[in-house]
Amino acid sequence: MNKIARFILFDILKNKTVIFYTVLLFIISWSVLGLESNYTKATLSLLNVVLLVIPLVSIVFSTIYVYNSSQFIELLLSQPVPRVKIWFNIFLGLSTALVLAFLIGCGIPILLYSSIETGFSLIIIGILLSVIFTSFAMLSAIISRDRAKGIGISIFIWLFFSIIYDGMLLVLMFQFADYPIEGIMATLAGLNPVGLSRIFVLLQLNISAMLGYSGAVFQQVFGSGGGMGISMLVLLIWATVPFVLSLIKFNRKDL
Amino acid sequence: MIEIKNLTKKFNRFTALDGLNLSFTNGKSIALIGPNGCGKTTLIKCILGLNVVENGDILVDGKSVKDDYLYRKDIGYMPQIGRYPENMTIEQTIRMIKDTRKISETHLDTELVEDFELEKIYDKKMGNLSGGTTQKVSAVLAFMFDPKIIILDEPTAGLDPLASEILKNKIIKEKNKGKLIIITSHLLSELDDIVSEIVFMNEGKIIVQQSVSELMTDTNSDKISDSIISILKEMKNR
Repeated sequence: MNKIARFILFDILKNKTVIFYTVLLFIISWSVLGLESNYTKATLSLLNVVLLVIPLVSIVFSTIYVYNSSQFIELLLSQPVPRVKIWFNIFLGLSTALVLAFLIGCGIPILLYSSIETGFSLIIIGILLSVIFTSFAMLSAIISRDRAKGIGISIFIWLFFSIIYDGMLLVLMFQFADYPIEGIMATLAGLNPVGLSRIFVLLQLNISAMLGYSGAVFQQVFGSGGGMGISMLVLLIWATVPFVLSLIKFNRKDL
Repeated sequence: MIEIKNLTKKFNRFTALDGLNLSFTNGKSIALIGPNGCGKTTLIKCILGLNVVENGDILVDGKSVKDDYLYRKDIGYMPQIGRYPENMTIEQTIRMIKDTRKISETHLDTELVEDFELEKIYDKKMGNLSGGTTQKVSAVLAFMFDPKIIILDEPTAGLDPLASEILKNKIIKEKNKGKLIIITSHLLSELDDIVSEIVFMNEGKIIVQQSVSELMTDTNSDKISDSIISILKEMKNR
């Protein structure tokens, strides 16, 4: 890992918000997993919390952090360091810190109270969601110079993928229920990183009853194994695309 | 040596720099002065690559700033307001900039660290420092790597009289080593012993570029501040 990224990583790990976030995740996971003796059920309850909390904290915290480090970015840029390297290292440092927070907060309780077989998909999507929403945060922080607007965009992105997207999908399903739209629905469901993460975990846990309409269609179209492979790929694309866009913008930005 | 060729910089519709042609030769110390919003900081940021150069060009030692970033090895920059990661100590911050420069310890210029007595507070966090102490850290970083070009944006703002005296002496010392020094300041009285050339800007254009001695004989004054004021008055009367 590069020195700049390591520097940012240690800066964030000392940050009180991140410590609080880690402790919060730990308490939630520990209580959820401790109360439920059935591993699968417990993982499901934890999944819902993870899907809501991880994206929100990742995107809002990262956006604020990028805004706060604007002067630091200027300082680094006046040193002989290329822009691409700085921006990438901020991304790397931020996502590593958030992934670490997740691994300590959720990973350890999963290892202690559940089994790695049931928990591994949850750990994977926790990591991916942290990275994806950090990537979104980098994009919204670069779009606007105004901090309030940037945080607003971030919260909207979170709201969109967590709530609005599913609602829109549901409306579409009801409207076009008479037509064979399974393929389109599966694709649309697969385009939402949060929804896709849910499907990914449910596919691994193999509980079709919980999949919901979009998940069931998804499984029907892609199958269990293939579905997991494809979701993995799409999630990885989601992690890179916003970041690359923000990088292009950062390269042309006047600071 | 910095050459600025026909540089125009626009922010949306606002023209910050308007067809600037300038050249700064080594061994001089240059004061960039002008009213607020005249484009001083924009010009500095263009030289540093903080602002993207689109129209025109800037050559630092013959290399265009558009080509790559390595020319910044030769530049030390002290910003107007330096803000650093809050949870890092002074020592860690300095070490981190050292790491990006990759220069061996023996070549480092730590004179200012000693003069400002920063080692005593090395383990203080950057977030808890006063504005003046933060400025001291910025100054240390600007001079530490023995750069050929030193750019100081409002260097003495926020420093106590003792510290600004130390900084001033350091600037003069580096100037005498043949380095190119660019200073922006509103405190004209401070520039007297430091500066050898003056660039006066207004609305993105160069109004005057003259050596201090010429300027003083032209305006019949013995202080930079007086001669600048006479230029300003002349501009108004025109």
